[in-house]
Amino acid sequence: MRHSKFSLIATLLCIAAFSAQASDIVVRGDIVYTSAGDPIQDGVVVVRDGKISAIGPASSVSIPGGIDVVDAAVVTPGLIDAHTVVGMVGYLSQDDDQDHLEQSAAIQPELRAIDAYNAREPLIEWLRTFGVTTIHSGHGPGEIISGQTLIAKTTGDTIDEAVFNPAAMVAATLGEGAVMSGNGGRNTPGTRGKVAAMLRTELLKAEAYAEKIAAAADDDEKDPPARDLKMEVLTSVLAGDTPLLVTVNRHNDIMTALRIAEEFDIRMVLDGASEAYLLLDEIKAAGVPVIVHPAMARAGGERENLSFTTAEKLINAGIPTAFQSGYEGYVPKTRVVLFEAAITLAHGVSPDQALAAITIDAAKILGIDDRVGSLEVGKDGDLALYDGDPFEYTTHAIGTIIEGVQVSDIVK
Amino acid sequence: MKRLSTLVSCVCLLHSMAAFGEPTAFVGATIMPVSGEPIENGTLVIEDGKISAVGSSVRVPRNADVVDVAGMVIIPGLVDTHSHIGEPAGADRSSPIQPEARVLDSINVRDAGFKRALAGGITTANLMSGSGHLMSGQTVYVKMRDGNSIETVAYKKDDGSVDGGMKMANGTNPRRDAPFPGTRGKSAALVRQKYVAAQEYMAKIERADGDPEKMPERDLAMEALVEVLNGERVVHHHTHRHDDILTVLRLQEEFGFRVVLHHVSEAHRVAEEIAAANVPVSLIMIDSPGGKLEAQYIDFENAPALERAGVNVGFHTDDYISDSRLFMRMAALGVRAGMTRKTALRGLTLAGAEMLDLDNRIGTLERGKDADFVILSGDPFSVYTRVQQTWVEGVKRFDIDDPDDRAVAEGGFGALQPSVIHEFHGYEEGH
Repeated sequence: MRHSKFSLIATLLCIAAFSAQASDIVVRGDIVYTSAGDPIQDGVVVVRDGKISAIGPASSVSIPGGIDVVDAAVVTPGLIDAHTVVGMVGYLSQDDDQDHLEQSAAIQPELRAIDAYNAREPLIEWLRTFGVTTIHSGHGPGEIISGQTLIAKTTGDTIDEAVFNPAAMVAATLGEGAVMSGNGGRNTPGTRGKVAAMLRTELLKAEAYAEKIAAAADDDEKDPPARDLKMEVLTSVLAGDTPLLVTVNRHNDIMTALRIAEEFDIRMVLDGASEAYLLLDEIKAAGVPVIVHPAMARAGGERENLSFTTAEKLINAGIPTAFQSGYEGYVPKTRVVLFEAAITLAHGVSPDQALAAITIDAAKILGIDDRVGSLEVGKDGDLALYDGDPFEYTTHAIGTIIEGVQVSDIVK
Repeated sequence: MKRLSTLVSCVCLLHSMAAFGEPTAFVGATIMPVSGEPIENGTLVIEDGKISAVGSSVRVPRNADVVDVAGMVIIPGLVDTHSHIGEPAGADRSSPIQPEARVLDSINVRDAGFKRALAGGITTANLMSGSGHLMSGQTVYVKMRDGNSIETVAYKKDDGSVDGGMKMANGTNPRRDAPFPGTRGKSAALVRQKYVAAQEYMAKIERADGDPEKMPERDLAMEALVEVLNGERVVHHHTHRHDDILTVLRLQEEFGFRVVLHHVSEAHRVAEEIAAANVPVSLIMIDSPGGKLEAQYIDFENAPALERAGVNVGFHTDDYISDSRLFMRMAALGVRAGMTRKTALRGLTLAGAEMLDLDNRIGTLERGKDADFVILSGDPFSVYTRVQQTWVEGVKRFDIDDPDDRAVAEGGFGALQPSVIHEFHGYEEGH
């Protein structure tokens, strides 16, 4: 009995020792930005078993022995790209691996991102190199409802290793961007009005579907409706469990989005929103967060009126705001959210606000702030290391850590 | 004398004459003349559209308007060697080689792209058609002065004709159904066949020795290629992959044309070969590799690798691939990768001027050169720096304190109209 107990303890110690190698690390920064309070001069972050176990000034945090220590001039939380299609699209723009947009029908919420996401896509490593540790990726803009999105860490060899929310949001598009929806099929809207009518019609169907399920649950005599994958996903949207991510740019289309959010009382996140500066009061009143277009997005088409100053206006209006790399069809195949945030600094956004928009504020909008987005005890040990001001053009990303594992030591 | 009178007549069209008649002195800035070391607390004097003095101990003329720019940084006007502002359209889809097509016959000088360029500090740009052809036509070098027509904004050659180069491309973008090439081998063969024909056309002209009876029939394509062969018209060549780069160098050696390599994603792989060919390179820095097959190995490292190899390196926006307002960021990313600041600033200015054969007029802040310069709030390679003013030939063309100009610099509702930036869905045209 004593013997077996000893061997059990020995086994546990072995497991602990092994996991210490895999997911324990100490990061020491000349300055540590936490996204949870004031920066820490000469700060130390201790990560054990993938989680932050201690953080504070070097003078007050004891550094455990036997764990690798990594130094950097500047340390931030691992960055969060609040909206991208990386992992869904092959980086060489070849037709056979562009899986962000299925054009056979205008409304296909049943398309799951986990069935397409390629965890080994080279651009995931590219983002990781610059300190991005979490991405919200999935089906892209271009259909009224193009499918689902997911949230993943920028690591892992498979979707299962990478993903930590397999069904984060349902991706929708309104306005001109959706007018060519279902172009591969017959169900193509021709106008903004039709786009909105088609979306409302589908949500009404889902309401009826949900009512039938509820009625069957209350009454043994009634059969529930046949399972319908599309309706199941939209029911989740109507119940407020899954937000509707609406890509929308023009002011009139933003208003249409808000009108539909109110009509169906759904959780909505605005994406792009290049004319949001015209509707700050309305967006704020609707309580809808905004994942604003990349600062360096091209000012053309529906985004012809975009501004470098939109981020500043949204943030200072008190509207929850996050930054994104967005969707690109050509070059650059992806933007880098660190670079996009940097551009806002010359246009009114403070460094603290910019960092929040790619860490804690993004985490809150994505509903993952219990795990990531700031450096606090108990959160995932996801950190980004730089040799200077992270936003400056000439600074280098020098290391990225995900759950206590250094996943990049490339200097870029 | 003819050239001078042309200049004067152009100048008379300008709405702002502030700089003419009496000199203007900019005092107190850090001046980075590119032709020499930075000058702290320097003075720049301009007069009649030209730089009349620059230095640390310059005497300010008694009749000068004095502008206090203490704390600012002054650099030469930026030269964008590759831009698509103004709707430049050369070759059509009828054939892959169309040297006769001139983009000057297509430029819309009222395109807001010109205003964006000025907001980014660009004072000279090479406007080109796309890379969906082996040869998509004649480019035009423009000065960002105010003007109603391409003729009023274009640089002119000594004979009064519009100055420009020739756009060429290889790799994947020109590949499509016949009569376009389907392979790299066919691409090179088609180009060589055309240059051989141009050599023969040129030989006929030489044999005619001025006798109109013996001259070949006029042929617009051949005439343009003769200008390329005799070095008057520089080839601006889109190329990405290392083997495509070497193909350009091979054809350049065979036919002796002058060439600037553009984009050059894999320059880091053949930097020594480019240096040995003594060919300049205009780089684009893209925020991620890929987007198309031939850009899969693009790397910020191109900038320092070419500098180390001794290649003359410049930059371009490829606007609308990147926004002209962010042109300085290109060079800053070069610095990020290890390029020296000196070469990076040269790459935005003098290197580009040399690639356009305009370095006698622009590219540095030196006495006698055009008064094209940019006043910055700080370090040219900092994300926090903003363009304050852009001056072209002594005329203030952008001022951040002007509400309309600020709107262009920042964007907003209607600020960038009329705009011809298209949503870029495909890659059939290519860049």
